[in-house]
Amino acid sequence: MRFLRALLSDDLPRSRALSAILVAIFLGLLFAPFLFSGSQALNAAAKILYFVVLAASYDLLLGYTGIVSFAHTMFFGIGGYGAGLALYGWGPSWSSVAAGTAIALVLSVALATAIGLFSLRVQRIFFAMITLAVASVFAILASQLGWLTGGEDGRTYQVPPLLRPGFRLFEGEIGGVAINGRIVAYYLLLVTALVLFLAMLRVVNSPFGRVLQAIRENDFRAEAIGYRTVLYRSVANCVSAAVATVAGVMCAVWLRYTGPATTLSFDIMLDILLMVVIGGMGTLYGAVIGATLFLLAETYLQTLMGAISRATEGIPLLPALFHPDRWLLWLGILFIGSVYFFPAGIVGRLGRDR
Amino acid sequence: MSASLDTTLKPVVPPPDWLPLALAPVLALAALPLVGSPATWATLTLAGLAMGMMIFIMASGLTLIFGLMDVLNFAHAAFITLGAYSATLLLGPRSDWLGADSLVLNAGALLVMVALASAVAAAAGFAFERVIVRPVYGRHLHQILVTVGGLIVAQQLITAAWGPVQVALPLPASFRGIVLVGEVAVERYRLVAVAIGLVVFAAMLLVLNRTRIGLLIRAGVENPEMVEALGYRIRRLFVGVFVAGSALAGLGGVMWGFYREALTPGMGLELTVLVFIVVIIGGLGSVGGCFVGALLVALTANYAGFLAPKLALGSNIVLMVAILLWRSRGLYPVAKR
Repeated sequence: MRFLRALLSDDLPRSRALSAILVAIFLGLLFAPFLFSGSQALNAAAKILYFVVLAASYDLLLGYTGIVSFAHTMFFGIGGYGAGLALYGWGPSWSSVAAGTAIALVLSVALATAIGLFSLRVQRIFFAMITLAVASVFAILASQLGWLTGGEDGRTYQVPPLLRPGFRLFEGEIGGVAINGRIVAYYLLLVTALVLFLAMLRVVNSPFGRVLQAIRENDFRAEAIGYRTVLYRSVANCVSAAVATVAGVMCAVWLRYTGPATTLSFDIMLDILLMVVIGGMGTLYGAVIGATLFLLAETYLQTLMGAISRATEGIPLLPALFHPDRWLLWLGILFIGSVYFFPAGIVGRLGRDR
Repeated sequence: MSASLDTTLKPVVPPPDWLPLALAPVLALAALPLVGSPATWATLTLAGLAMGMMIFIMASGLTLIFGLMDVLNFAHAAFITLGAYSATLLLGPRSDWLGADSLVLNAGALLVMVALASAVAAAAGFAFERVIVRPVYGRHLHQILVTVGGLIVAQQLITAAWGPVQVALPLPASFRGIVLVGEVAVERYRLVAVAIGLVVFAAMLLVLNRTRIGLLIRAGVENPEMVEALGYRIRRLFVGVFVAGSALAGLGGVMWGFYREALTPGMGLELTVLVFIVVIIGGLGSVGGCFVGALLVALTANYAGFLAPKLALGSNIVLMVAILLWRSRGLYPVAKR
């Protein structure tokens, strides 16, 4: 128990229901290759892994520091393209992954610093607008520089041999499942996600994290106490950008493909925003629950809506509103509702029984 | 003695700040030697002016809403799209006017469509203010989140109503094509767009500077508490400005739709990036700055698009950074911020 407490930086989920859900998600992800059959389910689980990291790093900004950024997918994309283009250009080796990640990290932190210098001094709103502008220009730029990025089509590449589907870790099976390269890749992602998540938990529960929360609550007062709020905000922005970059690398390694639609699009930015707010701002566990719920909804809500759409066929307008492609409409309404009625999100709803 | 007293009591009026006004002409002149041919330069400049006017119309609403009530409406994009799409409602019933070979009927059709677009956007703005924005006044973080949520929902509703594919919005027959002035090819619609933009700008300046409502709005931008203390209902004023701003977004949207002759559900969001850059360059809350900013952004985009097409997209960011290095709160910062 003491070990667990230290691992979670003494920030335990303080509610039985929440703990139960988190444990269920963790066990589900841990045994995903054995619990669910088929590559579809494994893909969904891997997607949850890198989106948990992405959403948690966004929560570092939105929930803990109280600044709204629309450039988070840009950093995610830099990571994705960094690893992806390195694997594409320099061949499928671990050194390409490492070099690509390093370049991407440097670029991300430099960009985050530059944006922060320009806009964090002024107002939240300024930052939101400037990040939106920069990110959209970056996205268009990435699809324009076709010779480098492959344009709209993106790049498909090979990953190091250890992670390829044809690879066998050893002969034989565990629980009826052959341990191939995909499963190795999955566990690589899982470990990375876990390490990053625990590190972020460490950051938000450190004195540094407390200052961030003070800035969120009242930046004027935090400044008056003697903290240089601009500096703290900028560092938070850089940390968040760096973690998002690694999430991008995870995505690139898993998908063996990098393109604008999987990394840079504004839709993904909105998805992250929905995950964090619906899950619960200002608690990293909210990001876990939000990301999991959102990605499950992406698959299962559409099926449900398809059924409703067919059932309401004769009625005007309703089938169009329940068309499976309109699932984001309902999540958007849920999003607005949660900002109004339970700003602490699902985690806040589950309460904190002590 | 009394003479010296007079001079000391005179209110200090800061000299008007003309410098930013010179930026757009300077930019245009600087581009002339780079472009080379004067005829091409004239075409590009006119295209830039037309685009600038349309962006100004969209951005002015946003900047007014922000200036008066400190609300940054991310869902502005949705009103742009909605305005443009609602004009297509008239394509069926009024197609005879559009195709007719008469300038009067064509202009009538254009006017009716523009009016409808503004009206629909205004109505949507009224509902949006009441349902979405009102509960979160004064809380920036919540405002950003809620209006982004509103944007998602509105975009989905528009897609549900009109479908995800591109919709055509043909120009009335008389406004298509070009006229030749000397060697310069001038698209007719661009002239119309510049004219409408100038009319809107003039009307806005008139309302803001010469009417009682305008006085209250300007006073509200400077100091809302004081206006309220003097007995005016600033909330009601704000609803009015929000509705007017949404109508302007719709107007700008339909004009842009005619410019491109095609509509997509994502068009508003694509334009919002430009609109935001314009509003930042101009100084949040300033209509005059917004006008100068829109012209700068559009001219830069057009010249850069001609000179170095690959860099055209980055040019606006470079412009924004340059302006912010010069004046970190935009060209005409609003006093209280």
